[in-house]
Amino acid sequence: MSRIAGLQLETASHPETLTRTVIEPITRVEGHGKVTLLMDENNRVRQARLHIVEFRGFEKFIQGRPYWEAPVMVQRLCGICPVSHHLAAAKAVDMFVGARRLTPTAEKLRRLMHNGQLLQSHALHFFHLASPDLLFGFGAEVAIRNIVGVIQAYPALALQGVKLRKYGQEVIRVLSGKRVHGVFAIPGGVNKALSREDRAYLQEDIDQMVTWSKEAVDMVRRLCTDNRAEYERFGSFRSNFLSLTTPEGDFELYDGGLRARDDRGQDIFDHVDPAHYLRYLHEEVKSWSYMKFPFIVSRGNEEGWYRVGPLARINNARAMGTPLAEEARKDFMILGKGEPVQVTLAYHWARMIEMLYAAEAIRAQLEDPDILGTDLMNQGERATEGVGVVEAPRGTLIHHYKIDEQDAIVKANLIVATTHNNTAMNEAVREVAVNFLDGTKLTENLLNRIEVAIRAYDPCLSCATHALGRMPLQVELVDAEGQRVDRLVKGSDGAFSAEVG
Amino acid sequence: MSNTFFLDGLEIPFREGQTVLEAVLSAGRYIPHLCWRPQLGPHSSCRLCTVIISGRPFSSCTQPAMKGQQVECDTSELQDLRRAVLQMIFVEGNHYCPSCEESGNCRLQAMAYHLGLQDNHFPQQFPIRERDSSHPDVNMDRDRCIRCEICVRASRYLDGKNVFGIHGRGIKSKLAVNAPSGLLKDTDVAAEDQAVTMCPTGCLTVKRVGFKVPIGERIFDKETIVSVALEEFRDQEAAHG
Repeated sequence: MSRIAGLQLETASHPETLTRTVIEPITRVEGHGKVTLLMDENNRVRQARLHIVEFRGFEKFIQGRPYWEAPVMVQRLCGICPVSHHLAAAKAVDMFVGARRLTPTAEKLRRLMHNGQLLQSHALHFFHLASPDLLFGFGAEVAIRNIVGVIQAYPALALQGVKLRKYGQEVIRVLSGKRVHGVFAIPGGVNKALSREDRAYLQEDIDQMVTWSKEAVDMVRRLCTDNRAEYERFGSFRSNFLSLTTPEGDFELYDGGLRARDDRGQDIFDHVDPAHYLRYLHEEVKSWSYMKFPFIVSRGNEEGWYRVGPLARINNARAMGTPLAEEARKDFMILGKGEPVQVTLAYHWARMIEMLYAAEAIRAQLEDPDILGTDLMNQGERATEGVGVVEAPRGTLIHHYKIDEQDAIVKANLIVATTHNNTAMNEAVREVAVNFLDGTKLTENLLNRIEVAIRAYDPCLSCATHALGRMPLQVELVDAEGQRVDRLVKGSDGAFSAEVG
Repeated sequence: MSNTFFLDGLEIPFREGQTVLEAVLSAGRYIPHLCWRPQLGPHSSCRLCTVIISGRPFSSCTQPAMKGQQVECDTSELQDLRRAVLQMIFVEGNHYCPSCEESGNCRLQAMAYHLGLQDNHFPQQFPIRERDSSHPDVNMDRDRCIRCEICVRASRYLDGKNVFGIHGRGIKSKLAVNAPSGLLKDTDVAAEDQAVTMCPTGCLTVKRVGFKVPIGERIFDKETIVSVALEEFRDQEAAHG
């Protein structure tokens, strides 16, 4: 724009009515999951690459910020699981104020918040995003295969999903002041006690939540057993599993040690202090994705990749701490015939067992007298490095910070669940492609199934864009010469085309 | 005829020596302002308190009240102007409310809510400003400075220390400290100083207390910027008459 034109703009009689368009220097490709299928000389799918093109940059722009800002800032990474980031960061910054242990009330309140988070996130993931695939079938019309379709066909079920999520969000709101992106955990504890009134409010509906969660487990169990042959084949493969467990080896979401097991269920490592994660886990960089590829050091980058999340947690746990969930876990483990369950779609079943656990745990926590305590803060000797690890809804979440003598963060490393599952998602897509690719032509049927496989893990690349169960997806088929032989794109409106929309 | 003037047609009494803003606050009415505080007197840097008197704009915090004058304040034109000024203040700094520890206690944020700011309108300047965390108890985040000079004046007149000043001119001006090293650690500022506690934004904060007040208990969770301003003015009047 010329200087004169600029002046005319600035001196317009009603500048408040003008619209200013700023073209940012980086135009991001966002909203489309992009998959490349690489074929060998015989036109068989050899490798699948799920390209993660979003670059968030939180590790960079947290640098220089005071450490007490970290739990509030980093939760903005996600709108579905901000509490996990909030708590992982809080656990790391607890170290800076020397709070190696929290007061009993503070730890229980943080766990309560975390259970609320798991409940709402799992309800959203299953009912809003995944249930259309399972209830209507993977090949069903996109026009039906979404949450609106579920509301029309299964109104009672859809309403339960909405109310389960709402309840989890209410737990979060009561504690942190907001349903999304509140403030509760601070270095060394929490900033608010739970009032008797708020406890009574949360107790009103918790029995109903436990009942509905149990029904959800029963439903997904029925879907999995009714379609057993199809589900077991779908995008499934053998892998290692990583999760936190309690010192006794039981199911754990907030604290504990890291456990990795191989595909036969044998320990690779166990009870590892999360502060030492770097000795056990490394990350590999590949040129075609912004997302790194973590692996277990002792197994190497080829064999050491693993899965995290509900399936990993249930596979790795000796037992679960609540009665109904434990019963459901035992029933679920029959599927593995004495070994870890490897079925990709079993993630949904495991997810509902965890939701049941969260509901039961909330009920028990609300009856614990400590939950109304007012001793909320602890501190000790200052440290300059902190690692916080929690089990986020989609899997193990690692936050690692270093600070300088002025309390400013100088280094941050975040490994999120989607990153841990990076290789696994590629494997799932490859398995689907091997089974459903017909010749060298990409079909709507294949795209639908790739979408379902990715959704079992629910990478965050899609969480902002498929709220109605419509994941925009672009798939390219590349031959052994590196030439693209086909491309198919599904837009956010569900329409298919050969071009990027 | 008693000493009165008219604010948007409403008769406002005043005492000799009062400014328009002081008289308006005395009467329990409000004119938006950020750089003025009852303890510190007129400054006229933020321009939010601009009113129209006899067809001409004046900052009401510096304009003496005069008998019979007609003051326009709550007009759509002036509110648009105030919003534009506020938008410019936002884009000239780096104000990220979602992760700022002063969110809920910040007057800039509260003013944005009061004036119904929907967006920044102007392109973000993204200035690169130096943060000073050298002091053991006080953090200085120049990204959040709006150059209202409340800290400059509070340090000089209320704390008796003269720690802060503004360096440079215009859009490039920045908050500076009175030490050869240019660092806060080499000044005699303390966390209890009014220069620190009166900062309207998150520029000057006490270290290691951020986010300790839960959502719902912060100043502007319970009050508006209007009620806070009127209360502060009444307290000052009661203390000094």
